[in-house]
Amino acid sequence: MREMIKMVVVLTILSSFSGGLLAAVRNNTKDKIELQQLTFVKGPAIMSILEGASNDPIVDRFKIEHEGGIASFYVGVIDGKTDKVAFESAGKGFGGDLGLMVGVDIKDDKIIGVGVTTHSETPGIGSKAKTDPSFTNQFKGMALMDKFQVKTDGGQVDAITGATITSRGVAFGVTQAGALYKSLKPQIEAKLKEFN
Amino acid sequence: MAKSIVQEFTKGLWEEIPPFRLVLGLCPVLAVTKTVENGIGMGLATTFVLVCSNILVSSLRKVIPGKVRIACFIIIIATFVTVVELVMQAFTYPLFLKLGIFIPLIVVNCVVLGRSEAFAYKNGVVRSLADGLGIGIGFTLALASLGAVRELFGNGTLTIWETPIQIFGPSFQPFTFMVEAPGAFVCLGLMLCLMNLVGSK
Repeated sequence: MREMIKMVVVLTILSSFSGGLLAAVRNNTKDKIELQQLTFVKGPAIMSILEGASNDPIVDRFKIEHEGGIASFYVGVIDGKTDKVAFESAGKGFGGDLGLMVGVDIKDDKIIGVGVTTHSETPGIGSKAKTDPSFTNQFKGMALMDKFQVKTDGGQVDAITGATITSRGVAFGVTQAGALYKSLKPQIEAKLKEFN
Repeated sequence: MAKSIVQEFTKGLWEEIPPFRLVLGLCPVLAVTKTVENGIGMGLATTFVLVCSNILVSSLRKVIPGKVRIACFIIIIATFVTVVELVMQAFTYPLFLKLGIFIPLIVVNCVVLGRSEAFAYKNGVVRSLADGLGIGIGFTLALASLGAVRELFGNGTLTIWETPIQIFGPSFQPFTFMVEAPGAFVCLGLMLCLMNLVGSK
């Protein structure tokens, strides 16, 4: 009986120490890990959208809470003007979720760039959405609040050859981004004013 | 019988170098040694876990009841592995992405559990520290050398600190078999053979 109790006590104490230590480490590394993930996973897409920004969009980010969750916005100061933001959206691709980054100029609500951050599409076919800029570049200059559809569905977006479902996913993601932008625009404008 | 502390340390470097002599912990050895850098990163992570768990196990060896010792070892090892995982994510994120699942898998690496069970549970703290450090550095050396051979022949480069260095020049035709999984087995076999040849003299 004594041995039983000893076993339980030792294991309990050991586990609680372990839990405490891990909680402490997690607390101390949380911000750093978030920053690292932003830099290495979403960073390339943000940087290509907000090309020529004189600030660091990853540092100058703000969050807005809305019904569907919390959205992060990355601010780009280009030519001294703080009127361009990039934010995340998502669509469904052929192989799973498609993570998108959509950049918009808040003066005229036009898209300044679209980039794919995470995907699990077929390498060499659907993955072109991320690697071939000619697909995402066609969104540039379009009005973000429009509905986006690939041409085979009667829309305005040229699909990637052999990857219609991926292209549809991206178009859907950008449309979603437009809806989010529409509902949050006043808050985004207010936040951007704080930067000036 | 009683070895000096220096001997406990150096035995891990040659006599009992884990993947080549003990042929233990082969899962990460075969999977992550596509480049030198991956090998060194994995080796250092394992060394840290090995040293910390050895110290803790040996200092708690009088408290840990024999019947639940394996459970206690696993708790200790898993804690340090998670610490390594978090720290790697925070400071060397690209390396973490490459090593991926193999970092959490250090928990079930038989080198780590083996040292706790066979050595730290029966020896003092200083000896266990020397043993952990020796085995860990031996493991790192083994991974780095295997990674170096595979990367050199499979890709013609050596990657140290994120920058691949071309060794053979642009006209080198890569022997890609070496960086694929079967190449790892063949390469490990050849290195074991070499070690035995040198050791038998």
